[in-house]
Amino acid sequence: MSSLTRADVAHLAGLARIELSDAELDRMVGELGVIIESVAKVQQAPIDGVAPMSHPLPLTNVTRPDVVRPSLTPAEALAGAPASDQQRFSVPRILDEE
Amino acid sequence: MTDLPADLTRATAAVLGEALADKTISSVELTQAHLDRIAAVDGAVHSYLHVDPEGALAAARDVDGRRSTGETLGVLAGVPIAVKDVMATRGLPTTCGSKMLEGWIPPYDATVVAKLRAAGLPILGKTNMDEFAMGSSTEHSAYGPSRNPWDLTRIPGGSGGGSSSVLASFQAPLATGTDTGGSIRQPAAVTATVGTKPTYGGVSRYGLVALASSLDQAGPCGRTVLDTALLHAVMGGHDPMDSTSIAAPVPPVVEAARRADVSGLRVGVVKELGGQGYQAGVQERFDESVQLLVDLGAEVVEVSCPNFEYALAAYYLILPSEASSNLAKFDAMRYGMRVGPEGVEAPSAEQVMAATREAGFGPEVKRRIILGTYALSSGYYDAYYGSAQKVRTLIAQDFDAAFEQVDVLVSPTTPTTAFAFGDKLDDPMAMYLNDIATIPANLAGLPGMSLPAGLASEDGLPVGFQILAPAMQDDRLYAVGGALEGALTDRWGGPVLNGIPDLPTAPADRTGV
Repeated sequence: MSSLTRADVAHLAGLARIELSDAELDRMVGELGVIIESVAKVQQAPIDGVAPMSHPLPLTNVTRPDVVRPSLTPAEALAGAPASDQQRFSVPRILDEE
Repeated sequence: MTDLPADLTRATAAVLGEALADKTISSVELTQAHLDRIAAVDGAVHSYLHVDPEGALAAARDVDGRRSTGETLGVLAGVPIAVKDVMATRGLPTTCGSKMLEGWIPPYDATVVAKLRAAGLPILGKTNMDEFAMGSSTEHSAYGPSRNPWDLTRIPGGSGGGSSSVLASFQAPLATGTDTGGSIRQPAAVTATVGTKPTYGGVSRYGLVALASSLDQAGPCGRTVLDTALLHAVMGGHDPMDSTSIAAPVPPVVEAARRADVSGLRVGVVKELGGQGYQAGVQERFDESVQLLVDLGAEVVEVSCPNFEYALAAYYLILPSEASSNLAKFDAMRYGMRVGPEGVEAPSAEQVMAATREAGFGPEVKRRIILGTYALSSGYYDAYYGSAQKVRTLIAQDFDAAFEQVDVLVSPTTPTTAFAFGDKLDDPMAMYLNDIATIPANLAGLPGMSLPAGLASEDGLPVGFQILAPAMQDDRLYAVGGALEGALTDRWGGPVLNGIPDLPTAPADRTGV
């Protein structure tokens, strides 16, 4: 059982794209430690040789007929956008400076 | 209509449907009665995040008009309903209890909502919930908690505490819910209302803000078993827009609720879901209900599901893992909140995303996303997420073995009655334990119902009785639920909700939502 360090949590928050304040980080380290210790109980279950289950229904490749049907107008699709321009989502820069 | 009470908000949906059909009342009159009730009591209860008087009355007028021309309408046409804020409603705000979606107005309807509209149910408004359905108390709603109408200092359950408190405070005769680990059944249990989580795939998930896609299931909430069945029949059925929707008719739930027969039915009491850790008054009401089922002609045996002890741990790995992936869509680009990082000139999309998720998500959402990110990260995947998936198989096998011996399984819905606000807010694991009896059904994709079993003797608060059935045998829940409800109501001399205290009346403060 590895316990999470403050640096681990900061790294995970970065992967999850969530900024955390110092106070949030401090709190999260303790809480996640308790939760992870508790959920690690799955490793004590008699799971040797048991197949994993990802979903309750044994479905594969569900498709519907490829037919044209009504869809959102550009105005409807953009109605909730924080910013838009010329019928497009307007986003912050996606490249680094260098 | 002999059964119609003077106060229309106290009537069942079934009785209201009949009164509408024979034109004893109009939908406009009925909808206005509920809007008046909302105006009077929702200030104290805070069930609704958004109320839509104009839309509801317009839908009611439309149904009344169609009825007056002799059009044949469904049994719930004109009966108003409250919709959980996790469901996309065209033209009505949909926040999922989160600041991330404050003010978002979806450009389309969830399939469930489209079905409600097509069936002529006026939508009164959107009900409160824990943020992105993560919680058991509504204390994680970004807009403040809903209150339990039985005792305003206590939780109404969660995540669907808005829907449960709406029903228990007579602010709607019907409501919708979603149940990922108990979010329909646990709120029903602590408010003395009825709620069903259908078989996974039985009700479309299209247009629902996803929490954990392999566990989420929408379902009906009502004050009686029959009302819940009537709504189940409207909500359910195959939807080509949801690839996990089952291509089969809705099981005969209404017929089962009316039949309400358990004679010769084999009922299994789950050994692992009771006894130690369960409040004495909860266990007492449960045992009493089991005895009633025996008296009604059911064969009751004890059944063991040994791997259920690992269900909570598996659930709190699988759910955060799926949630961390599903909630990645809140990236500040296409809809929802966008804020920039402080003191950064020309921030990158990544910096904006991280700042937005910091500002837009509450603490429980951040906790679960980060936990899921950990459980899925390379090096830990097999030990956590992989092990949890194997436990999921064991849980499903326990159910398979149990249903070789019995037709339905039963347990208390929750270990305790409603707790006070703040009691478990600082201890996530204590909060998660509320779901211990409801989670196994979600992991296996099976249908489950909670209905009132009475009030616990030590605190006078509602106790829920849970029924579980094999996949696509949802009708069994209603046969058992209907029979038990009938026997209990006879014993009590009326529905348990008749004994709920009167609410203080005060106008709602719904500014900012």
